[in-house]
Amino acid sequence: MRSVVLTKGVPDFREGQVSFDEDGHLERGKTPTVMNPNDKHALRAALQTKVRHGGTVSLMSMGPPGYAEILHEGMEDVYADDLYLLSDREMGAADTWATAMTVATGIEHLDETPDLIFAGFKTADGETGHTGPQTEWCLNINDALPDYPLITHVVAMDIDEDEGVVRTKRLVEGDISEIETVEADLPAFVVADPEFEATYRKADHRLRHKDFRAQTRDRAAEFAEYLADDTDTDPTDFADFHMWNHEDLNLDPDFIGLDGSPTIVAGVDPIPKAPSEREATMIEPDDEEGMEEVFEQLQPYAAGD
Amino acid sequence: MTETPTDEYEHYEAVVVGAGPGGAAAAAALANHGVETLVLERGVDAGSKNVSGGLIYAEESAPYTIDDLFPDFREEATERPADEYYIHNVAGRNVKTFDLNDIHHHDTEWCDSVLRRKMDSWLAEQVHGMTRETGGGLLTNVRVNGLLREGGEIVGVTCDELDPITADVIVAADGVNSELARDAGLMDWEEPEEWFQGVKAVVDMDPDAINERFGIDDDEGVAHLFAGDLFDGVRGGGLLYTNEDSLSIGTVFHLDSIAEEKAEPHELLDSLLTHPLLDQWLQGEYEEREYAAKLVPDSKKAAHPSPHRGRLLLVGDAAGQMQAQGPIIKGMNHAVTAGGLAAEAYQEAKARGNPTNAGDLYEQKLETEGVMKKLRPARYRYSRPVSESGLVTGLTNGLLNSPVGTAGLKLFGGLVERAFNSPFMLGMIPDTRFSYVTMPTRIGEVLGTPVTAENDIEPPELDERIGDLTYDVDDPHIEVLDNSFEASGTAVTACPVSAKDFGGGCYREETVQTNGGEQKVVSLDTQPCVECGTCAVVADTHWEHPPGGKGVEYKQG
Ligand SMILES: Cc1cc2nc3c(=O)[nH]c(=O)nc-3n(C[C@H](O)[C@H](O)[C@H](O)COP(=O)(O)OP(=O)(O)OC[C@H]3O[C@@H](n4cnc5c(N)ncnc54)[C@H](O)[C@@H]3O)c2cc1C
Ligand code: SF4
Repeated sequence: MRSVVLTKGVPDFREGQVSFDEDGHLERGKTPTVMNPNDKHALRAALQTKVRHGGTVSLMSMGPPGYAEILHEGMEDVYADDLYLLSDREMGAADTWATAMTVATGIEHLDETPDLIFAGFKTADGETGHTGPQTEWCLNINDALPDYPLITHVVAMDIDEDEGVVRTKRLVEGDISEIETVEADLPAFVVADPEFEATYRKADHRLRHKDFRAQTRDRAAEFAEYLADDTDTDPTDFADFHMWNHEDLNLDPDFIGLDGSPTIVAGVDPIPKAPSEREATMIEPDDEEGMEEVFEQLQPYAAGD
Repeated sequence: MTETPTDEYEHYEAVVVGAGPGGAAAAAALANHGVETLVLERGVDAGSKNVSGGLIYAEESAPYTIDDLFPDFREEATERPADEYYIHNVAGRNVKTFDLNDIHHHDTEWCDSVLRRKMDSWLAEQVHGMTRETGGGLLTNVRVNGLLREGGEIVGVTCDELDPITADVIVAADGVNSELARDAGLMDWEEPEEWFQGVKAVVDMDPDAINERFGIDDDEGVAHLFAGDLFDGVRGGGLLYTNEDSLSIGTVFHLDSIAEEKAEPHELLDSLLTHPLLDQWLQGEYEEREYAAKLVPDSKKAAHPSPHRGRLLLVGDAAGQMQAQGPIIKGMNHAVTAGGLAAEAYQEAKARGNPTNAGDLYEQKLETEGVMKKLRPARYRYSRPVSESGLVTGLTNGLLNSPVGTAGLKLFGGLVERAFNSPFMLGMIPDTRFSYVTMPTRIGEVLGTPVTAENDIEPPELDERIGDLTYDVDDPHIEVLDNSFEASGTAVTACPVSAKDFGGGCYREETVQTNGGEQKVVSLDTQPCVECGTCAVVADTHWEHPPGGKGVEYKQG
């Protein structure tokens, strides 16, 4: 199984890490950026897939070069065989749509078409919950890639390799009290719910998990040496880290970054404003009306980087 | 359970349950023989469930010592060597100290103090590396909850967290209160006489302070034992061992005595901690890092003469192989030896084309290597019927208290000290009040000198001790089957984290109204349970360990 996990950096909202200005706006410059905590569930789902069925797990993000740290975090805390950072000044200030476009192109440029693409549910800052589904939509309009049926709110999963399907348990409407079983043909796009739990009922799986955890920690430690401030080496010298700009991806700058973003941030509500409900809606990949609705909803409050 | 054919189960050539010294030794020896070995440990980390007083011996006569199997053991996993060894005979403020170096060093290659979290987790890391190369490995957070049988034969294990696993050989090194030994019908948890209860505090102390107060260097250590009248007549004694930057101070008592005397274990520990004799070391400072407790089998009565059934071999505490040689406690070393012998037995049985013969071979090896002789000395069997009779004890008591006895003691003080240092004599010591209380007290009275220092340290209260421990609480793992005071009331006092008139512990005494009037009953809250095993023996319970990773987590051990 070839898995790709999508992630992004978010401000570290933990106590004592985050700083706000007088008006209650987040001071991004002063707040450390970390891997979106929900994406770790996606990464855990990918690791479970590797433990049970073999293959590789790639971790991909789009963002400034500093996001190498975020990829490093995922590699260290959960697992990654290799890391991909789509980074270019042209990609800056992208909204979720432009991000989705870029990431879909990044996926297309992998040497092997992924069997599974994973994303976490919602980022801790933008709170749109749309990047995953939109990426999936971009994949589906991308002729170079197969269609990826989308399954959201996944709390448990398994793959039937013989049948070529992924079987999941998902929360109906994101509600913890209602769980349904959904099956989809591979390749597929899986959005892991924060309630996702990897299960390992075989000793062999737990032993492999332990091996993989040890390997990824070693790999992350090696990568950290390339990332260190006082080193002459460039992060891209590390064999398992790949940084691609718009030229590498053959992307027209007009379609990415700020220029490619159909949404504008009209304003950001000051914190504290507890984002309460899980607001993702299931949109079928071929449902263009649904996608349009997404754009409309996005318009007022989507926060791009 | 659903019937799955066993050939569909995961299979390992060997499954070792428990990653204490016994399991670690068995797994390492199996791996050395190239046997595919899976080790399952219920703690979040090996050692997180384990307590010992803390002296691990390497005996010259033992076929396997821990450093035979793990050459870096002393460097990486132990605290300090125990070079000196004393017993203090206490009568009030009067103390007579005997030097027990002879017996301590008898048959001893080396002896170090250890803390189990550090020791066992280091061992587990080595074991994982060694067993992984055979295709197995070591997993924590997995509790084995029973034996898997096929047609009545033991073929594997069942777990809380994993699907059943089959194996050609199963080594149960799951310690005291072994659920596997019980499942196999090899051990029961009925007789308090077969057990000790150990309670221990790990006390913070700066290495320099330790060196100065005990008169030692960084790479030296001391062991002190305590007996006499400081434990309200409960049969047993106290211990104090030096670690790198802490002290282990504990008590070990016969469980039947704790039960009979309705003793509160934490108070007995406090009696030791606050005795004036300890002032020279504590000097008014007392910071307790951890309070811990566990049952200890008494091999003289509990060591199973034939610790195997089918593919199942019991090792260490699970088989009752814990030797109390007078005041010297030897459990870890015997667990290591037994683990090595079990592995060797399986390997030989396999080489002879009959792996199912491993159990018999193991039993033979325990005999021929002299392990059984240490665990169940014949001398003890001879001396027990006589010396434990009340009449004889009464007579000896009378003698000792008579002027002749006192004079004799005065005259022969040196002889008594020598007698203490005789392994032959220690193997014979009867488990009576006479040996543990009367005799040391008389020695202290007659030969001792008074301690003048004051010890005003204040050990933590029970609720603070409970509060300082780390727990990941799960559903109750112990069920009281008969809650009448007659059946289970002893647990209120004997449970090391419960006490009479203390509401925050596990066991509580309650009075309920019945038609006939009032009835005294007990209630149980397993939340503060340290899984010591006491109530499995002294109360009427259905007793299991919590699932993997749940329950108490010791950081010191
Ligand atoms: C206070 C005290 C003082 C002592 N002092 C000394 C001393 O000074 N010297 C000495 O040599 N001995 C001493 N002992 C005895 C010694 O600790 C034991 O004899 C020794 O630990 C036995 O080793 P073992 O490997 O058989 O079992 P343990 O060390 O108890 O290891 C058993 C392991 O199995 C695991 N386990 C249990 N059940 C399951 C299950 N169902 N599934 C998975 N895993 C499971 C446990 O978590 C544990 O890690 C003392 C004991 C106490 C309590
Ligand atoms: S409840 Fe039982 S096992 Fe738990 S600490 Fe008390 S006596 Fe020990």
